[in-house]
Amino acid sequence: MEKVIQVNDVKAWYGSLQTLKGISLEISKNRVTAIIGPSGCGKSTFIRCLNRMHEVVPGAKVEGKILINKTDIYSTQVDPVEIRRRIGMVFQKPNPFPTMTIYNNVASGLKLNGVNNKKVLGEAVEKSLRRAALWDEVKDRLNHSGMSLSGGQQQRLCIARALAVEPDILLMDEPASALDPISTLRIEELVQELKQQYTIVIVTHNMQQAARISDYTAFFLNGEIIEYDITENIFTKPKDKRTEDYITGRFG
Amino acid sequence: MSELQSQYAKRYKSRKFINYIMITIMLLSTLLALIPLFSILTHIGISGIKALNLQFITNLPAPVGEPGGGMGNALVGTLVLVSLAALMGIPVGVLTAIYLSEYQQVGLFPSTVRFVADSLLGIPSIVVGIFVYLIIVLPMKSFSALAGGVALGIMLIPIVIRGTEGMLKMVPDSLREAALALGMRKWRVIVSIVLPTAIKGIITTIMLGIARVAGETAPLLLTAFGNHFWSTKLDQPIGALPLQIFNYAISPFDEWHNQAWAGSLLLILVVLILSIIARLATRGNKLN
Ligand SMILES: Nc1ncnc2c1ncn2[C@@H]1O[C@H](COP(=O)(O)OP(=O)(O)OP(=O)(O)O)[C@@H](O)[C@H]1O
Ligand SMILES: [Mg+2]
Repeated sequence: MEKVIQVNDVKAWYGSLQTLKGISLEISKNRVTAIIGPSGCGKSTFIRCLNRMHEVVPGAKVEGKILINKTDIYSTQVDPVEIRRRIGMVFQKPNPFPTMTIYNNVASGLKLNGVNNKKVLGEAVEKSLRRAALWDEVKDRLNHSGMSLSGGQQQRLCIARALAVEPDILLMDEPASALDPISTLRIEELVQELKQQYTIVIVTHNMQQAARISDYTAFFLNGEIIEYDITENIFTKPKDKRTEDYITGRFG
Repeated sequence: MSELQSQYAKRYKSRKFINYIMITIMLLSTLLALIPLFSILTHIGISGIKALNLQFITNLPAPVGEPGGGMGNALVGTLVLVSLAALMGIPVGVLTAIYLSEYQQVGLFPSTVRFVADSLLGIPSIVVGIFVYLIIVLPMKSFSALAGGVALGIMLIPIVIRGTEGMLKMVPDSLREAALALGMRKWRVIVSIVLPTAIKGIITTIMLGIARVAGETAPLLLTAFGNHFWSTKLDQPIGALPLQIFNYAISPFDEWHNQAWAGSLLLILVVLILSIIARLATRGNKLN
């Protein structure tokens, strides 16, 4: 199995607070990898290290090595902007651009890459919104503000925005935490569909969801990786007592 | 009804009563705050409207007793001075605010800049006038529109810096992150995401600043000086509404007192019109 992302002994800090204490793992191409763990254990920090978003927080620092397609993304010759263009990210909280229409929110990434052809943009917007299970709800009001949508719709808009640029890798930070069961199901189906083409890393608090959609699961605790295995093993025969306690809800 | 419930019911009554009292007090305070505002505006309106007509806007001042005098020169002068101040204060202020909010939030240098800006906000405006007198009027050996514009610009800069920085800070970081994660470069994030999100507040801040400096008299006494004739030359003394209002108001003639009121009304209208233009100009930018 080809490894797209190779993480070697990554440590991360917010100021003097160390939140990752030496993470090493390899992420397989065209697979879904779930990151689970209690609140505050460093899941968001970890996936933000993968697209060089951690360093945009003032005072934040990263150490260690991350190879993506064999390129060291923290090497000084690498432009973080190029890395972020190839890696899509959906944040924990929906964050559509408030001054843009629904259409422009989705098209913003493409326009940035110099795509100006109306037809190409229109098709990409429709395709992305359909994939994010939002098209039917917004197709008649593409010119309304992105802020006119409900919280769950805004999150799907953000998913569509990330999909529109067709990244190789998609990082999703609890994308479904604000969604109703039906939209959640749609997002889960989407993840299944997308893994034909993309590599997906998804943070989730929902054990069933991790079990349903992921191929590999990593269990994080206090900035360390406790166990990393194929999902089935993690959920049926965890090797570590702490993993077992967490997935069975007996934690703490 | 249990004892606890009846206790709650009693307390609910008294809470409702206190609520009612507090809301009444707030309403009264609001009315109290409105009284001076409202009376100033109506007084200026009533006293000013008598002498305010087309001639007043287009004509030069006339000697006492001669009819048809106006403040056209002062109106033009104020527009020139305010434009100069805006030309200087808006770019410098906005760029400084962007630097403070987007590039260098913490550290000795930004805190010093903020401290200096805050001090400048509180400085008596006559001091700014004296300073500009020293650095521009004395070397040029003449009072000038340029000196007046610079004095007003110096006053405008800290207002724009602090106001704009506050507006930029109100843009949530999550938006900047969303844009960065899409692969936008930092300048692009600022230009296409942060500024459009904050633009309404920034415009409001700038207009408040413009209104503030447009009404300044003290810093102009030693710089623009005033001019009873038409002038738009930057190296010559220039008239300004506040200066002319001041001169007329301290004169012994009733007729000039009336013109001073009309001048005040005109000044308020100028500021109002400028704000409306700014609002209309940025309306296209906003959705909804
Ligand atoms: N911007 C920040 N500045 C300072 N500390 C932060 C910041 N963001 C997160 N932290 C701290 O870093 C630690 C890890 O946070 P992180 O967001 O990675 O947790 P998480 O596993 O994603 O939690 P959750 O499931 O609640 O989202 C926490 O202790 C948190 O308080
Ligand atoms: Mg998180």
